[in-house]
Amino acid sequence: MEKEELINELTIIVSPYAQDAEALAHIQEDTDFIRDLKINSANLVDVVLDVEEKFGIEIDNDSMARMLTVKAAIRIIEEKLAAGAGK
Amino acid sequence: MTAQEIVSKLPYSKPFLFVDELLHIDENGSTGTFTYDKDLDFYKGHFKDSPVTPGVIMTETMAQIGLVCLGIYLYGDSNAEMKAHVMLTSVAVDFMKPVFPGEKVTVTAEKVYFRFKKLNCNVVMTNEAGETVCKGNISGMVTAKLQ
Repeated sequence: MEKEELINELTIIVSPYAQDAEALAHIQEDTDFIRDLKINSANLVDVVLDVEEKFGIEIDNDSMARMLTVKAAIRIIEEKLAAGAGK
Repeated sequence: MTAQEIVSKLPYSKPFLFVDELLHIDENGSTGTFTYDKDLDFYKGHFKDSPVTPGVIMTETMAQIGLVCLGIYLYGDSNAEMKAHVMLTSVAVDFMKPVFPGEKVTVTAEKVYFRFKKLNCNVVMTNEAGETVCKGNISGMVTAKLQ
């Protein structure tokens, strides 16, 4: 999946939880879920669960802790998809 | 952890403890009861001359029996030396029937998920006639404090 396509998918997932419409409209790789989009820690869990469902992957605790920006989320999704494809 | 141990770990006391009995608890959910004493202070003002249990109090009752008891149970299973602390993060509840002073209610919660410290439950409250008075979805973060 292309990076742009991944960002689009992520944007759809975070939309219901993002409190900052302006930051959401300008979402890019460096966008921070908590600092920029003002997503709280409880809703960040829902973002991760929605990512799991959308991409058919399982996110472990370590990955969850790292998944704070769009860039980090894309890297984790790509890693998990690659690991799954290799099985 | 037994139901009695969980009730003893609840961080509330009168007039803000809304759990009388925890009838059942396991990893998938909890059931408990509470009777709203007709002398509870809020009935004096909700409403003037016609006391009805406030929806926020019913919501709190659902959260204490459902979310908090279950959170303490689920957390305590894996971390004996730490004390679970449950912080409410979201609530969506529909109200069907009023609950009057002196009524006993039963709350049943079913876990939807408990992941990355977030517990999400579907919760139903019924009256003594077995009618659903309110139902909804409640979630919170289960964190820890040293005992």
